[in-house]
Amino acid sequence: MSSLILIIVTTALVNNVVLSQFLGICSFLGVSSQKKASLSLGLAVMAVLTVSSAVANLLYTYVLAPLGMDYLKTIVFILVIAALVQMVEMYLKKNAHAIYQSLGIYLPLITTNCAVLGVALTNVQNGYNLLQSIFAGFGTALGYTIAIVLLAEVREHLDEEAIPAPFRGAPIVLLCATLMAMAFMGFSGLA
Amino acid sequence: MKPYLERIKNGLLTENPVFVLMLGMCPTLAVTTSAINGFGMGVSSLVVLAVSNLVISLLRKIIPDEVRLPAFIVVVASFVTVVELLMEAYIPSLYAALGIYIPLIVVNCIILGRAEAFASKNPPIVSLFDGIGMGLGFTVALTIIGAIRELLGNGSVFGLQIPGYEPMAFFVRAPGAFLVLAVLVAIMNAVGIKNRANKMTEGCDGCCASCAAACDKKEG
Repeated sequence: MSSLILIIVTTALVNNVVLSQFLGICSFLGVSSQKKASLSLGLAVMAVLTVSSAVANLLYTYVLAPLGMDYLKTIVFILVIAALVQMVEMYLKKNAHAIYQSLGIYLPLITTNCAVLGVALTNVQNGYNLLQSIFAGFGTALGYTIAIVLLAEVREHLDEEAIPAPFRGAPIVLLCATLMAMAFMGFSGLA
Repeated sequence: MKPYLERIKNGLLTENPVFVLMLGMCPTLAVTTSAINGFGMGVSSLVVLAVSNLVISLLRKIIPDEVRLPAFIVVVASFVTVVELLMEAYIPSLYAALGIYIPLIVVNCIILGRAEAFASKNPPIVSLFDGIGMGLGFTVALTIIGAIRELLGNGSVFGLQIPGYEPMAFFVRAPGAFLVLAVLVAIMNAVGIKNRANKMTEGCDGCCASCAAACDKKEG
């Protein structure tokens, strides 16, 4: 049990997916102007990442590895993720329309969110079993949500500040990310 | 010859993927801890971009419109796997340094973006040159960022030590990547080079090929 908690702490804080692994930067910078939207995206990523980590692990353990087709994992994983996102989208549209209304537009974004493929590949690299993979997927998504919601909170206050003209737009957001990444470096002693 | 050279110039300058279009930010930030890593990642992406652009352009009349994105992804993923296996066999040191970011070339926005925006609408040879141009632009940008970070953070360029300089390790750590990119974009803003950076506030303008799908949905 303690190893599972350690995996969550490591993936969410110590090796934060955005601030120290640089995965999912597109959406981190693109969808962080409002706190509500970024929280929705975070929750969608959480759902997809947890499920996709489990599916990728099962596929690798029971199909790819026994057949010796390890080298196909990139192609297989990306297709599985794309299909999975489609299915999550269809399920939500049919059974949870309210959630679909708020998350729907973010779901296609997640297919090419490199965090999802990155976690599936890292899990294989680390030799995680099914349960460990699921916890790693959830922890990574938790770290992503923490980072993007914190950044959105900061950005909502930025509008009122006098920012030097060349730094308006992307540079100031990147500077915020710099400071956040420095803060997250403080976690590196934890695990 | 003119349209081909024009594609190269377009990728290198007019629509430089990193500095102007702000695409492919993940590898741009992650692997630029040294000039050689940035260069290696740039060249790998260049190869994948050029070949997948060529193949997608050749297949553009065969692939049905409804399944074009999955089809593009399969083509790109195949070439990424080829590049990954070749690199593991012949340049193991670079393979180890770039690690997980090599398979992640599949989800690099630039590659799917060019497939969707250019290769699926244009003849093969021009598409090949478009891929080469974009790849060169990406390589140049990554090498420049890598060189800056290596110089400041490690006191060397391409592994050559600069004497009499006390390096700041900060720049080769994670926050340094964000800081260097922030300052570079700010400098470009200051000298008036137009880029899409300031549009990054909205999901639809800001990033990847997948956003196109998201935006279709939003409007439809």
